[in-house]
Amino acid sequence: MGNGTHLGKVRGLGSAQHGSHHWLQQRLTALGNVLLVSWFVVSLLRLPLGDHGAVLRWASNPTVALALILLVVSVFWHLRLGLQVLIEDYVHGEATRLLALVVLNFYAIGGAAYGIFAIVRIALGGGTAA
Amino acid sequence: MAVSIFHRVSGDGLAIVGALMFLAWLGAIAAGPDAYAAFVACVWHDPDAGTVHKITNILGKIVLVGLTWAFFQHLFSGLRHLVLDTGAGYELKTNKLWSALVMIAAVVATAAVWLYILAEAVNG
Repeated sequence: MGNGTHLGKVRGLGSAQHGSHHWLQQRLTALGNVLLVSWFVVSLLRLPLGDHGAVLRWASNPTVALALILLVVSVFWHLRLGLQVLIEDYVHGEATRLLALVVLNFYAIGGAAYGIFAIVRIALGGGTAA
Repeated sequence: MAVSIFHRVSGDGLAIVGALMFLAWLGAIAAGPDAYAAFVACVWHDPDAGTVHKITNILGKIVLVGLTWAFFQHLFSGLRHLVLDTGAGYELKTNKLWSALVMIAAVVATAAVWLYILAEAVNG
């Protein structure tokens, strides 16, 4: 990325100063979401959702658990990027914006960690079976 | 215009309400049959519902219908954006047509899913 000329310093960065990084990640996680969330919605419609034992058996299948973890990563990454744009557009004032972005990061990373940990508990049989 | 703001509204709704419901559901599965039954009784159906659960059961279904619509709206609208990213579909007529189709498809798909759920519930 250039090491001196003015053009070299700004090339690819754009007005938000982080170039196409955010944009590209949003598209990549969007594609992940198309596959994973569509699979998840179809699964929900086919599952007997009132039956804890049946849902637990489904979710503790290694392939399903892996797909669920990938889904959590893709979805929470994508929602972090999306809500970041919302904050950047509507929250003005440097301090409140910074605070909102900190809260967003706590929510996205904390939520993803909670979700992945729940899936691991289910898959490794830590969850109480019926 | 409308399809763009709906993309943001549906996305942010899914990001907050949808993601929190999903985490509560995962946590309830992991926590065991009693916690799961409590989750279902709150959101969906409680055989011996008190006033609180009668209200949360109705709210739960409204939220779930809303999330279904938000999912399809955001999915179809998102796919439209991926096509627009390639530089295609900017002619006024084409753009207007696909915007309208996204909105209609989202409503139709939501209705189809809930008719399916209703039919499943009726047939046991």
